[in-house]
Amino acid sequence: MVTVLNRAEQKTVKRKQKITKQIKPILQTQNLSISYGENKAVQDVSLPFSKNSITALIGPSGCGKSTFLRTINRMNDIIPSASYEGEIIYEDVNILDKNIDVIALRKEIGMVFQKPNPFAKSIYNNIAHALRFYNIKKKTVLAELVEESLTNAALWDEVKDRLHESAYQLSGGQQQRLCIARTLAMKPNVLLLDEPSSALDPVSNAKIEELIMKLKEKYTIIIVTHNMQQAARISDQTAFFLNGKLIEYDKTDKIFLNPANKETEAYISGRFG
Amino acid sequence: MHAKVADKIATGILYVVAFLFITLLVSLFSYILFQGVPYISLDFLTSPSSTVQAGGGIRDQLFNSFYILFITMIITVPLGVCGGIYMAEYAKPGKVTNAIRTCIEMLASLPSIVVGMFGLLIFVNTTGWGYTIIGGALALTIFNIPVMVRVSEDAVRSVPQDQKEASLALGITKWHTIKTVILPAAFPGILTGAILASGRIFGEAAALLFTAGLSTPNLDYGNWNPFSASSPLNIFRPAETLAVHIWAVNTNGIMPDVQEIAAGSSAVLVLSVLLFNIIARVTGKRIQKKLTASK
Repeated sequence: MVTVLNRAEQKTVKRKQKITKQIKPILQTQNLSISYGENKAVQDVSLPFSKNSITALIGPSGCGKSTFLRTINRMNDIIPSASYEGEIIYEDVNILDKNIDVIALRKEIGMVFQKPNPFAKSIYNNIAHALRFYNIKKKTVLAELVEESLTNAALWDEVKDRLHESAYQLSGGQQQRLCIARTLAMKPNVLLLDEPSSALDPVSNAKIEELIMKLKEKYTIIIVTHNMQQAARISDQTAFFLNGKLIEYDKTDKIFLNPANKETEAYISGRFG
Repeated sequence: MHAKVADKIATGILYVVAFLFITLLVSLFSYILFQGVPYISLDFLTSPSSTVQAGGGIRDQLFNSFYILFITMIITVPLGVCGGIYMAEYAKPGKVTNAIRTCIEMLASLPSIVVGMFGLLIFVNTTGWGYTIIGGALALTIFNIPVMVRVSEDAVRSVPQDQKEASLALGITKWHTIKTVILPAAFPGILTGAILASGRIFGEAAALLFTAGLSTPNLDYGNWNPFSASSPLNIFRPAETLAVHIWAVNTNGIMPDVQEIAAGSSAVLVLSVLLFNIIARVTGKRIQKKLTASK
């Protein structure tokens, strides 16, 4: 967290932290709008994400939920036409600020993508890759961290005898858990999951869900999903997006059992989307 | 029915075209080898060429060809790969990038004799070096860099976007991502480009006529001091390459065995390129295997 800021900013943050000691969300968007050129993909979304909870973002394709997710760790910076308005407050800092160290931010807010995308490297090097960049080069330390991350991602027992084989030899579900392991190795605070199991078979899907539930103990998780059952099973809060707008946000039970909005009800009961 | 007939005709035509190409290639290749291989002997490969008598070899020319190839690749590959990375990853789409791309394409279509004349002007006369290996290598660099940039750009672009995203999302900088994720994945494409470029370099004559020259000083292969005039490693000496030698003996050779020397040299040239390709591919595969842990 501290690495994200320069010194002057650190001082103001410390002052702010003294003033506000009550419990508040670790991450919060305030009137966040995201555009690609002229086209507004996300409009005026304010959402809180509290620590150690799972928030599901649901909504039909093209509703802006993935764009929203990719903005939280500034992955949308890769797209030249993307621009933002509003704020994303992470531990009292607006991470959309120009002075933010995006590299350090992405280490704190990790992301797992829809399609498993392991590197064309060995299983071991998939995890060691980012660790080496952060100057962890000692073999014993690396090996320990690799084992720890793979264990946390519930993959260690399946791969411990073939760490130096290509990651491409793993099944889709295993590859996705490897991608999660590689993100966990960076010791992030927040995990962004973009439909992490939509490309997988039901068994792998169940394993990933089980894993996500377990990861909640340590991380704050935001998950985009098209699978209503998945959202209902694993999330604490659910946010429903439609056409770039946040339609409804509440406890997951409330959204699925007694939604306040007609469009939410129509979507979760499968009448559109 | 009509579509099916068209399909059959198209298939037939493609097979005929492919067959024609293969026949052409095989007959050309075997013609060169049948003509030349009988003259290749250890003596032919290891003795210096003679200007008047029969029985001259191609020792120096063969060495010069490989040496110029080596020097050129040392300059071309890093520059070309850097250019390719810039074009694929850093250049913002717009007028400047388009202008650069047009320039590169223009440069790629320059006739090699024009590059040779340019080399004569700059690397021979302006610098005052005279005919030198380094002059020849620089001329060949100009000649080959557009291809190298283009091939590297394509190779870098063909690496799936999700590999790049995966690395960036872990909090890794763009340059480190390029170095450790994108370049290893683009390696086979870049290697293919380098092999194609070396084939062109090895067989190039026109660009070298006026830059590396038509003669070779007496070389002492025991002399490894690159600053000594008789050292084969000296890059500031003139050097006739194999391709230039073939051209030279054919146009103004006065020794009685001109035909044999030309045929033998051609065969050696073709075989060298072939050998070079095979070695490059085998080592490339091995490096790729090490980089990606694939089987």
